[in-house]
Amino acid sequence: MSDTRAITLTVNGEPRQAMVDVRTTLVDVLRDQLRLTGTHVGCEHGVCGACTVLVDGEPVRGCLMLAVQADGRGVETVESLAPDPAHLNPLQAEFVRHHGVQCGFCTAGILMSLTAALRDNPRPTEGEIRETLAGHLCRCTGYQGMVDAVLALAGR
Amino acid sequence: MTPPASRTPEGGYIGAPIPRREDARLLTGRGTFVDDLEMPGVVHAAMVRSPHAHARVRRIDAQWARALPGVLAVVTASEVDDIQKPWPARMPSPVPGTTVRHGVRHTLPRDKIRHAGEVIAAVVAESRALAEDARDLVEVEYELLPVVATPAAALAPGAPLVYEELGDNVAAHIVQRVGNPERAFAAAPHTLRETFRVMRGGGHSMEGRGVVARYDEALDAFTVWDATQMPHAIRAMLAYLFELPEHRVRVIAPPDVGGGLGPKGSFYPEEALVCWLARHLRRPVKWIEDRLEHFVSAAQEREQIHTVEIAFTAEGTLLALRDVFTHDIGMYGALVSPVITACTVPGPYRIPNIHSEVWAAYTNLQPTGAVRGAGRPQGVLVMERMMDRMAETLGLDPAEVRARNLIPADAFPYPVGLWFRDGAPLTYDSGNYPELLRRALERADYTRARQEQVTLRARGVHRGIGVAICVEGVGLGPFEGAVLRLDARGRVVVTSGAPPQGQGYQTAFAQIAADAVGVRFEDIDVVTGDTGAIPYGIGSFASRVTANAGPAILQAGGTLREKILAVGGHMLEAAPADLEIVDGAVRVRGLPDRGVPLAQVARLGNGGVAFGMVMPGGLSVGLEASAYFTPSQAGYSASAHVCILDVDAETGEVTIVRYVIGHDCGNVINPLIVEGQILGGVAHGLSNALYEEAMYDEQGQSLASSFLDYPLPSAREMPRIEMFHLTTPSPINPLGVKGAGEAGTLPVTAAIAGAVEDALRPFGVRVNRMPLNPARISDLIHGR
Repeated sequence: MSDTRAITLTVNGEPRQAMVDVRTTLVDVLRDQLRLTGTHVGCEHGVCGACTVLVDGEPVRGCLMLAVQADGRGVETVESLAPDPAHLNPLQAEFVRHHGVQCGFCTAGILMSLTAALRDNPRPTEGEIRETLAGHLCRCTGYQGMVDAVLALAGR
Repeated sequence: MTPPASRTPEGGYIGAPIPRREDARLLTGRGTFVDDLEMPGVVHAAMVRSPHAHARVRRIDAQWARALPGVLAVVTASEVDDIQKPWPARMPSPVPGTTVRHGVRHTLPRDKIRHAGEVIAAVVAESRALAEDARDLVEVEYELLPVVATPAAALAPGAPLVYEELGDNVAAHIVQRVGNPERAFAAAPHTLRETFRVMRGGGHSMEGRGVVARYDEALDAFTVWDATQMPHAIRAMLAYLFELPEHRVRVIAPPDVGGGLGPKGSFYPEEALVCWLARHLRRPVKWIEDRLEHFVSAAQEREQIHTVEIAFTAEGTLLALRDVFTHDIGMYGALVSPVITACTVPGPYRIPNIHSEVWAAYTNLQPTGAVRGAGRPQGVLVMERMMDRMAETLGLDPAEVRARNLIPADAFPYPVGLWFRDGAPLTYDSGNYPELLRRALERADYTRARQEQVTLRARGVHRGIGVAICVEGVGLGPFEGAVLRLDARGRVVVTSGAPPQGQGYQTAFAQIAADAVGVRFEDIDVVTGDTGAIPYGIGSFASRVTANAGPAILQAGGTLREKILAVGGHMLEAAPADLEIVDGAVRVRGLPDRGVPLAQVARLGNGGVAFGMVMPGGLSVGLEASAYFTPSQAGYSASAHVCILDVDAETGEVTIVRYVIGHDCGNVINPLIVEGQILGGVAHGLSNALYEEAMYDEQGQSLASSFLDYPLPSAREMPRIEMFHLTTPSPINPLGVKGAGEAGTLPVTAAIAGAVEDALRPFGVRVNRMPLNPARISDLIHGR
């Protein structure tokens, strides 16, 4: 029922190899084979955004991209943002300060979308921040803490 | 390095907005959710679910599924017969004289299927994908039965029966009365009668349900990691089904659970099946709910139809209330939500005569339980809609009508006259509703907003203003416990039963414990949700944990402090009264160089003298203290919401211009966390008001089982919320706390419904049904 391929990815700067079923999604390979469990699966139909990772710098739903489609490409996950919990990057630190996290399940995807957006536009307005976050669902926070965290980071 | 946690001006941690200690691991991808657990040898389960809402199973043919390489087991009801015991009834009604009728449920359906999505078999394979392949190969032959998909259909004469043995579909009939409502209605100068409908909705935590079970043959014991709100209740059910003593079933909610919101507060067949399969296969078995499964099998709530009447004077004083409603229980559920609804309707108002009547009906829809708010939002909607209608009838301002009926600040404790869900009289412990409303209106600049509305309306802008106030029963018992101990590192370990679902217990509990023991916030560790770590617990729901676990931590912390000082006093040859705990050491007050580190105190105090030696000075062993706090009744928080919005009459779209919240949950342990809870609750309420609707056809088939058909609001739809706190401490616990976990959700549907009706008053629109999505608003405007 399945067909297997060898793929090579650069994940968080390191070359990684995996044997994957052609039907396996990128997020399943990251989580199950590479054991990068910081990225979560929330809906498996591309709406909630929890599984968002960056592929060649662009936000991608890890549940909608097949692992074989990521062959030869560069993937960034939440684990790349800080070396350890004691050394948060500035975006993560603002999330703590503004209570942008509650259960934390959706957080990884949100951080990755914001990371990509902030590379393009380091000083987003509230409207632009909300537009970026609109690709994500969070049931805990009402988003306000996240918005305030990014506003603070943007110096607004 | 993280700087030390901030303290309040008085020097304590309770009340300080300390950033959460949970955040760093979650932000760096190092949280531990159930699906993240490293579990060598784990195999994966998938569930075979009925596509039909009401059917008998004629035949299950699993031979093709079993033949698939990588498949380890396919089990149906006959294989798991040893755990096919009748499930215990979930909850009695707290109201004396109530009729409650329990349909008996089993782990897998014995006689027939009662909802689309019900589990009828389970498959285990080496991967989830293989398990799903095999699931699709299981052939099931059904004999279809007629379906009841609404409470109205269920209660109609001659309706098909969800449980034949009951003779009809009535799950409960609960009547409560205060005063003499018939006489009050007969004599009243004004009465109004309306019907309101609230839809079903789901919890939709971003993490679904999930369970991993491991069976240890040598010990005949299970270890179960479960994304649950109530590990101790899960343990009780598993111990019952597997006929094991509770100490051989350890249920652990992982340190991180990805939101609960109610549905994770039920026991489900999957929890029993995964354990059975782990024992059968002698391998760890994992099942992770996918989103479709959450849509069709996780508990839902909210479907109610209310017929409500009020009687009032020409001045707008309420004389009587009569509320008769149906509540959709689904094929299985608890009476929690309808009982809470009935008790939430009277809200902050003085109502001398009440007739409240609930008809809870079984239907062929999936089970119900609590969803954030748990019956309360419906009650608030009903009462607040009627207050708006009374204002309209009398030509009065809706805020003024409310103010005229509020329970005055000097009337507490205030007995409403009903029985609350906790089995105690519905008696409000404390509050100041007039001040809460006054400040909310002031903050929203209400008078000016009304003037602006007139100007805008003249320009064709459909501006509306909605006001909603509510009282919220929180902090329900019967108890939560805490065990505190000083460990060998000199750190205080706090253990409590209820597992956090994102509410930040590791932070809030540490704040309470640090103040109680008198040590630094940084010197506290918090363990939650593990039945192996604390014998008893209830769980995370009903906005109850701070008001139950908090006082338990406070009390146990005080006892632990006394024990630490007794041992320290022996070591320092000083009276305990002369000692203090500073910077991780017990010291003689005024003599900073005469001290002993807490780690050394722990070594002696926990029996660390050489074997055979006696404890010196008659000291007892064990720097440990436990306490179980049992509140005498629920506490009652309150909220006042003011919503200002515009409706686009062309598209039916709602744009929220301002949203102001006044909230009173008594004393606050951590304002950052409390405000976060309220903001999240508002998002859930706004979603109920404008977007979410769990629709079913007459065959009980879900018509909204993806986030495309069942939209949740994103950051673009959420307005900025303005919030202030009023603090009336609760007298029923020593911390003076109430609860805030669900608070934000409650008045939102009412405030938005009021504002939309107000905005569309030129069209004569009546908002009697939620949600107010663009299609429904368009229908209202065009009289459809």
